[in-house]
Amino acid sequence: MAYSPVPDTGESERHVITVLVDNEAGVLARIAGLFSGRGYNIDTLTVAEVDADAHTSLITVAAIGTPMVIEQIKAQLGRLVPVREVVDFSMDIPHVEREMALVKVVGTGEKRVEALRLSDAFRARVLDTTHSSFVFEITGASDKIDAFINLMRPLGLQEISRTGVTAIARGANTNEQE
Amino acid sequence: MSRLKSGAQIVLQALIDQKVDTIFGYPGGAVLPIYDELFSSEDIRHILVRHEQGAVHAAEGYARASGKPGVLLVTSGPGVTNTITGLADAMMDSTPLVCITGQVPTPLIGTDAFQEADTVGITRPCTKHNWLVRSVDDLPRILHQAFHIATSGRPGPVVVDIPKDVQFAKGNYRRPTPEMLKCYQPQLKGDETAIEEAVDLMLSARRPIFYTGGGVINSGGRACTLLRELVQMSGYPITSTLMGLGAYPASDPQWLGMVGMHGNWEANHAMHKCDVMINIGARFDDRVTGRLDAFSPHSKKIHVDIDPSSINKNVRVDVPVVGDCANILEVMIKVWKDKAVRPSGSHEVEDWWAQIEQWRARKCLAYQDSGNVIKPQYALERLYALTANRRDVYISTEVGQHQMWAAQYYHFQEPRHWVTSGGLGTMGFGLPAAIGMQIAHPDKLVVDVAGEASALMTIQEMSTAVQYNLPIKIFILNNQYMGMVRQWQELIHGGRYSHSYSESLPDFVALAQAFGAHGIRAENKAELDSKIEEMIEIDKPVLFDCRVDPHENCFPMIPSGAGHSEMLLSADPDERTAVSKEDKTLV
Repeated sequence: MAYSPVPDTGESERHVITVLVDNEAGVLARIAGLFSGRGYNIDTLTVAEVDADAHTSLITVAAIGTPMVIEQIKAQLGRLVPVREVVDFSMDIPHVEREMALVKVVGTGEKRVEALRLSDAFRARVLDTTHSSFVFEITGASDKIDAFINLMRPLGLQEISRTGVTAIARGANTNEQE
Repeated sequence: MSRLKSGAQIVLQALIDQKVDTIFGYPGGAVLPIYDELFSSEDIRHILVRHEQGAVHAAEGYARASGKPGVLLVTSGPGVTNTITGLADAMMDSTPLVCITGQVPTPLIGTDAFQEADTVGITRPCTKHNWLVRSVDDLPRILHQAFHIATSGRPGPVVVDIPKDVQFAKGNYRRPTPEMLKCYQPQLKGDETAIEEAVDLMLSARRPIFYTGGGVINSGGRACTLLRELVQMSGYPITSTLMGLGAYPASDPQWLGMVGMHGNWEANHAMHKCDVMINIGARFDDRVTGRLDAFSPHSKKIHVDIDPSSINKNVRVDVPVVGDCANILEVMIKVWKDKAVRPSGSHEVEDWWAQIEQWRARKCLAYQDSGNVIKPQYALERLYALTANRRDVYISTEVGQHQMWAAQYYHFQEPRHWVTSGGLGTMGFGLPAAIGMQIAHPDKLVVDVAGEASALMTIQEMSTAVQYNLPIKIFILNNQYMGMVRQWQELIHGGRYSHSYSESLPDFVALAQAFGAHGIRAENKAELDSKIEEMIEIDKPVLFDCRVDPHENCFPMIPSGAGHSEMLLSADPDERTAVSKEDKTLV
């Protein structure tokens, strides 16, 4: 509790931020601990090694906050010793964002046919099928996945597994802000 | 291969190469190999504390008074968990510490072994960085990186956790190389365009104020010298945070005293009314700003800070300059000299000074003295009067009313002479910190201004002071209350003094004697001076039980949820504005 509450009147925004880190033990805990310790909201978080020789991993965080909070999140991330670079794609950087989901729909009859028909419209792939179920793989922006999931709900949606957002800059530019 | 060293030997060699001559610590099972090396070491002096929290605070006191990193060595499990308060304290106050911890052997990690704790997990949020050393081959690099990270950029504590098998394992020692230190390269030089913009703003000011903090002291002696040069060149008033006291001499007429919750009337009003605020190495802490939407509403703000995350964290600023303040002050002075056509102290800020003198005339630190009872303010005035003529008096404090009174009534001329727990507010800090300060400055007078409640939190370290003949003076303003808690209960909670009265206090004179130290008690004004003289003269650790008025409160005060212009100068109910229900939730 602060001596005085922060009059942060900004509107919350969702920002996709990538963090290039040294791939060392505990680095994900440092990032996650920073968010929980300072009360920042994470929407999604993904992490994987991207350069085995350089021992670097790329963490993609979709964070929600006012412009002041987002600025703090980036500054606090940049302060961590194993963090090499922080890029905020939502700051006017032309980029593509993708997320993948695996969606299990259980049902028979008309609902099953409708699920398959809709999956085609969303360009989802059928990864597994039985007489009473499908597992769809769908890739796209997060809102497209949200839309697909919402359509599947009345059709027997049973389980969802989502990867969280990952992003990369458009064009020949590499992963650098300036 | 005879050139191979054990992990424990590598630790000692790295300490020697980092020019460490003193460490604070407490042995235990998981650090025995390192203690075995210390047994025969002639290069490293080990100070045995009585509790690991004492080791951290002593290392902090040593670091803050000397400008060198403080180093400590503790065992696994409870050894580490006992350091947490001190590490969090050092993190908040940007104190460079290297904390070396023993860990259970690598194969036992994760098995809930005896005295096992997840050291890197527990210390992660209260360190600047930490490491678990899984191989002796990594040990030299990590140790040198630890010193580099603790001391460069914004300083802070680091932990190096070394499993016992790694301490026994043999490996090659390597000296620090530039390659090792590439892992962390903070920005030290300020952006010249931003500095130029800042100086333009400073030159255009009619109601300017310098607001400086602990960052200036952390930057070093050069920064303090340059700050004095710039402030005097400009003729502008200067205030400072609790952490920044001493960077600018309190005897100078441009000095307005401390800012913030218990800051001076003139400093807080000047902050409120200024048109240009020049923040150098301070972080807009909530104890300084008070209510944020009422904080200095009409000013353009310049913020010099080495930590980019300090910029725009609490207060939005107009001209941020990231970098080491010594470098930035140097460029500022150069740019100022190039641009300034008017002489310093010219009429542009005359009206402003006239206004400030009116605020000053309120004499906000005046208090109602009494005939025979010792008022705490009076005790500190006498302590200052009787010690200030000695050069180089070092003051530490605990946390509470006495801390604020010490900041108000003891006037610091030089940096690193004032060591207090600012950010975390750790009761029990000052006594062990004084031990570290005395070790850094063996021939100087070191006084811990304490309260009786705080002092009892780490009183066991008196034993350390006695063992090493450290003549620290624990000057206890004994009011039998947790004074600051009582003050808030009086002002905000209807005078319901819930659990803030200290029952069953020890006889501090007898306690001093039990430790083999010297005990003094002063109960009235008449005897105070001679008792303080006795304290100064005696070449032993002293517990000074100074019995003060138990009901005195600390003013000025900016109450919860108020702005700088709403300061209280006394507990007079007419002057007191009611604290709203919402504001009561604030701390």
